[in-house]
This record gives sequence, C-alpha cells and structure tokens, in this order.
Amino acid sequence: MPALSPTMTEGNLSKWLIKKGDTVKAGDLIAEIETDKATMEVEAVDEGVVLDLLFKEGEANIPVNKAIAIIGDPNEKDQVKKETPAEKVIEEKKIQTNIEKKIENKKDDIIDTPSPKIDQDTILSSEEITMRQALRDTMAEEMRKDNKVFILGEEVAEYQGAYKVTQDLLQEFGKERVLDTPISEHGFTGLAVGAAFKGLRPILEFMTFNFSMQAIDQIINSAAKTLYMSGGQINCPIVFRGPNGAAAQVAAQHSQDFSSWYSQVPGLKVIAPSTPYNAKGLLRSAISDPNPVIFLENEILYGLKGPVNNDVNFSIPIGKANIEKEGKDLTIVTYSIMLQKSKEAALRLKEEYNLDAEIIDLQTLRPLDTETILNSVKKTNRLITVEESWPFGSVGSEIANIVQRDAFDYLDSPVIKVNSANVPMPYSLSLEKLYLPQIDDIMNAAKKVSYIK
Amino acid sequence: MKKLQKADYIKMYSFMLKIRRFEERAAQLYGMGKIGGFCHLYIGQEAVVVGILMTIDKNDSVVTTYRDHGHMIARGLDPKRIMAELTGREDGYSAGKGGSMHMFSKENNFYGGHGIVGAQVPIGTGIAFTHKYNGENNICRTYIGDGAMNNGQVFEAFNLAALWKLPVLYIIENNKYGMGTSVDRAAAGLDLYKRGEAFGIPGEKVDGMNVFSVIEAADKAGKYVREGNGPYIIEVQTYRYRGHSMSDPAKYRTKEELDNYKQTDPIEIVKAEILKKKIATNDEIEKINKDTLEEIKNAAEFAINSPFPKDSELYTDVYL
Repeated sequence: MPALSPTMTEGNLSKWLIKKGDTVKAGDLIAEIETDKATMEVEAVDEGVVLDLLFKEGEANIPVNKAIAIIGDPNEKDQVKKETPAEKVIEEKKIQTNIEKKIENKKDDIIDTPSPKIDQDTILSSEEITMRQALRDTMAEEMRKDNKVFILGEEVAEYQGAYKVTQDLLQEFGKERVLDTPISEHGFTGLAVGAAFKGLRPILEFMTFNFSMQAIDQIINSAAKTLYMSGGQINCPIVFRGPNGAAAQVAAQHSQDFSSWYSQVPGLKVIAPSTPYNAKGLLRSAISDPNPVIFLENEILYGLKGPVNNDVNFSIPIGKANIEKEGKDLTIVTYSIMLQKSKEAALRLKEEYNLDAEIIDLQTLRPLDTETILNSVKKTNRLITVEESWPFGSVGSEIANIVQRDAFDYLDSPVIKVNSANVPMPYSLSLEKLYLPQIDDIMNAAKKVSYIK
Repeated sequence: MKKLQKADYIKMYSFMLKIRRFEERAAQLYGMGKIGGFCHLYIGQEAVVVGILMTIDKNDSVVTTYRDHGHMIARGLDPKRIMAELTGREDGYSAGKGGSMHMFSKENNFYGGHGIVGAQVPIGTGIAFTHKYNGENNICRTYIGDGAMNNGQVFEAFNLAALWKLPVLYIIENNKYGMGTSVDRAAAGLDLYKRGEAFGIPGEKVDGMNVFSVIEAADKAGKYVREGNGPYIIEVQTYRYRGHSMSDPAKYRTKEELDNYKQTDPIEIVKAEILKKKIATNDEIEKINKDTLEEIKNAAEFAINSPFPKDSELYTDVYL
C-alpha cells in the first residue's frame, strides 16, 4: 500500500487494474487506491508477472507499506520476502522521534559567538569625517582591492546616491561596476543574489530598507538559506545596505526599523553601525564576509562627524559589541542612532541622580555578543535596552530573554525595554516625537531599574 | 545546426529513459515512506530537458524549479546521489538538508532546485550577469514553469536581462497546469513566449513532446544568446503525466487528455526514430532498457542504505 500523501497512514483498495497472471511493465497502471484525500492510480515500478493479489477490491484501511500484490519472475521462489517488514518502518519512526527529542533539548544558541578582541591600537585620523564619507571610502577601498566587488541599486551611479553615499564611485569604477537599477527591488535583489551564488561580491543599496520588503523573499529564502539547503556548496557573499528606521517626518511607509526582522534569520548576519569609526570597520568586515550581511544604516546619522581609522585594512570583527562607556550602576544596551541618545541620557543620569551607567553599543545584532552583555549585567545588576524598533519581539526582547536565563541571580530588578510606540509611524512632527524613544524615556527606564522615584 | 550522430540518438534515448525510470522509482519509494514531504515528478516532460541539454557547454549554468530530478540527471549528475537526497541521507547532493526541491551541484554549474515559484528567474539572470561580468563566453539556462509566468519578479528579471543584454536563455516549460489551475484559467493571453516582446526579447513556441524540435530551437536560441544579443525565450509545450506532486490525483483534467498526450510519448518518438534509422536493433534497445532499470534499482538501493545525516549536521552550513 503506497503512501500517496505526507499524512496518509492507510488506504482503501478501490479497484484492481490487473489480474493474476498478467505481465506488467514499469509504468503500467495496476490499481486504484483511495487515500485520505482522493482516489489515485498506482503504477508498477518493476517488471514481471502478477503472481498474487493479496487484497480484494473494496478492502479498506490497509496500512501503508503493507504488500498488496506480488509481481515477479514466476520461475523464482520466495518472492513474498521482498516486502518491507512493518517492524523496520516502526524502527525508523523511532529513530526519527529520538532525533527530534535531541533537537528540542539542544540549547538555542545556534551561532557560536566569536569573541575576537577589537584592536584598540587605532590610528585615528586627525580630521573628522561624516558617516556618509566613511561608508563611501570603505566601499571604494574594497572595490580597488577586489574586482569582484560591485555596487548596484537605485540612483547609485549617475545621481551619485539618493543620500550621496556612492558619490564619485561611478567616476572611478565605471558603469560596469556601479550600476543604476530600475525601481525593481524584487528583480534586482534576486539578480544580485544569483551573481553572489556564482562568485561575485555585490553590494546592494536599498534606497531605504523599507523597500527591501519588496525583495524579502530573495533575501531570506534565497540568500540566507541556500548554503544550508545545498549542504554547504553555495554561499552568498553579498551586502545589503541602506538607511533603516526613521528619518524626519517621512511617515509610516518610510520609517520602519527592520533590525529584529532580519536578526531572526539563520544564515544572515546583521550589523548596525553608530559612528563613522565603526561604520568603516564594520562595512569592511561585511564586504569581506562570505555570507549575506544586512547592514543597517541610519539616514540621520549620515551627517554625523567623527574620527576614523584610515588604514585600508582596518576592520572591526562581526559579532563583537563595543563598551562605549564603562559604568557600575546599570547597563544600557543599545545600537545605531539610539547610542547617541543613550550617551546623552547617561550624562544626565550622572548629573541629576549620580547614576553611573555602562553603555554597550552592540554594533552587530546577529550573531549577538551575549558574553559582553552578560559580563556587564553581572557587574551592574541592572539592565535597560534602548532601540528604535517596535517593542514586540525586538532585539531587546531577545536580550531580556538571554539575561533572565543566564544571569537571573545577578539581576536586582526586572529588565526594562525602551522602544518606539507600538503603532505605525505618524507624520506630524509632534506625534513623531512621541513615537520615537526620547532621552526622558531612557532616563525613566534607568530610574525604574534603580528604584528611584 | 550540427548533425546528430548515432551516439546522440542513443544518448537521448538513454537519458530520457533514465529520467522516467528514476521518477517511477521515486514514486515507489515515496509510497513506501522512504521519501517524504513534497515530491514533483517529471514523467512526460523528459524531451524538454534532454533536448535543451544536447546543446549545452559544460561551463554553461543551469537553474530550475522544484521539479528538478530530471534536470539533474540530464546534467550528468549521479542518480544515486540524487535519490539519496530524496531519501534525506548524507550521500545526497545537499547532504540530506535540501530534499527533492532544493538540490545543487556547484561543480557541475547546476544552481538549483528552487522551491519558491519564480524566484529562480532573477537568480538565473544574476548568474548570466556574472558570466558577462567575468567576460566568459557562457550562458545561463533558466527554466520557468507556466505557473511562474504570472509572477511579477519574472518580468522584473526580463526587463533587467534585456536592459543589460545578459546571456540568459529562458525556457518556459508549459505543462498546462500550475498545480491544479490550467494555463487558460491563470494567464490572460496564452502565448507565453510573447511575454518578452515588450522588452524586445524574441521568443518562440516549440513542441516539447518531440526532442528533435526542442534541440533545433535550443540550438538556434543558444547561439543567439551566446553571440551577445541578450536574452531569448523558448516556450516548450509539454505535459506531465502525473499530478503536480505525489499527493495530487489530478482530477482537474480528463483521462482522455492524458491518454492523448501519451500517444505522443517523447521516449517512444525517439525509439521509433532509432529503429527507423536502424541506429540500434530491438535487442539493443532492450539491453538499454534493462541496464537503465538496473542502474535505477541500484540507485534506490544506495539511497535507502545511505546513513541519515549525523545529528551534529543540524548546525553546520548555516554560515561559511
């Protein structure tokens, strides 16, 4: 009795299309079987003579894998032995169940968090540059090193980038390596993924990550999963980059933060820089990485100035958080634009409440540097997370989960998350301000975990 | 077009037969619970992939849909390892992690095996982009089911391929049904090969039950693309004898329709030609039949005896 659907356990023999003594060839129809879903015809796979029909037409509830007929060579004995014994099937199911149990028991830390030390022996430039320029320079440096690196996206070439992040790249590298695309995210993302499968190293700019939703199937189903689905044969060295989150009054469809969406996906690495310095080091690591990397920039930060390391080989390892400011009273874990607000809040906490906050800038969201977070919490015993994304299932939610699991006894108060409001982004300036986390929100959370009224 | 040699006829017959026997055996293993999940068979469509691949260069790339077993066999991949992937074992082409719909062989320039309808079309276009970017004289053959021809990303890919003159040959395998929905209930305008016209992509329709027609069209189209003229579309009219997947009884079509197509069985057409041209005798054909059956039996035997992947494999190949 053949299983004719993934869920079928038994079947009814509606009709025989052969009789004893018939000679059948592979592909001949032999019977009609009624399954839990439908009535289907079954073909012979082997050649031979029908030696016996083991069930009559109309017999019901025949278990899957039970022999229903014997086809063979009439001159050979012991044909019956060829059926699969039922015990063997049961045995296999057992093995399957055991595997499932083992999987359940396995801890959910799928990624081994790498913990290389950041080389703090940094040669800082005397001159401060913008985040925009840091990103641009890094792309240019990597394109000079490796001919396989190219950039594509909307308005990246002739227009010089919607936010001028690709300024002058067309002039230096030509139209073969700096490609303007049509407004066609699904298509050009799939194209870039195919190019990466075949060995190129595309940098794909989304004008904003809001438009990546048009292409999210290619990012997740194709870019992130193919290494696994191919048993390790086909990797996808691609960087998806562009501004993420809110800008200024661009309202609901252009302001979403996608950090937790992408951080949830095995196969992707997710980076969110906060300064020109780490943007440079992290983008270099992203371009050199053999895996698909989501690189979440922030439009408001493009103009932020700061010192950088001008060494063309300087990089910051993926998966390592930065302790932006040491402190002893509470830990603030944050990333991207919220680093700036967290720093301002920390200054005021010190001045107004004499609270010494430690600030951790995650830099990479996946793989998450849990070690740095846990060590900090073990020291300060209090934690707040600050991020721009919606609250439900955010990066902060996962951090709260990890900390309660691995540092429960160290906590002196519940973890508090600071997020945007749980609504679509409004247009009006006054409502936009209410929607986004503000310094006062961070202050209030810090006071609450410190039991200050 | 290069004249077909005697060996070519035998090769075509052998490959088409191998695909059919493989699929029948896969159906049997599915019935025995050795293959799980979704399993889409290629029976009836053999002339398409074998015809196309008679014109291929080994450095050309191929990307296709989830109905991919026949494509892999025609690419010269080992039926043992294909079957072992279907049974989810460690000797499978994806080490048991991909299954029927997601199989790859990078060394043979076979880029899947894609489970999302239409997704392989921009991907194949990107592989063609790479051939051009690297200055290679190779092309990417990208297969598309009739069902995907109503999917937006396909047209985005057509636009990009034409805009950038990419060396991609799109092959629409029109087997008349996207799952259970016939083409005329899904597509406004039945000439799918004309759907590149607006982008300036030439297209033509071919009888996909006849391997000789397929070869002729594939040869012409392949040359056009390889010469740097940009993409080309071939719509191959074919038919799957079986349902969409193993659990589909195909009640949405008539028995007469199926029987009609079986009258023009692609394998029988080649066989008749071989006998007519006296390329091989009946006995020689019988020997091929026997050897093929034996090879596929061995593949099945290999696939059910290959070990399941080790538990530790669960966590490998997520990142390189």
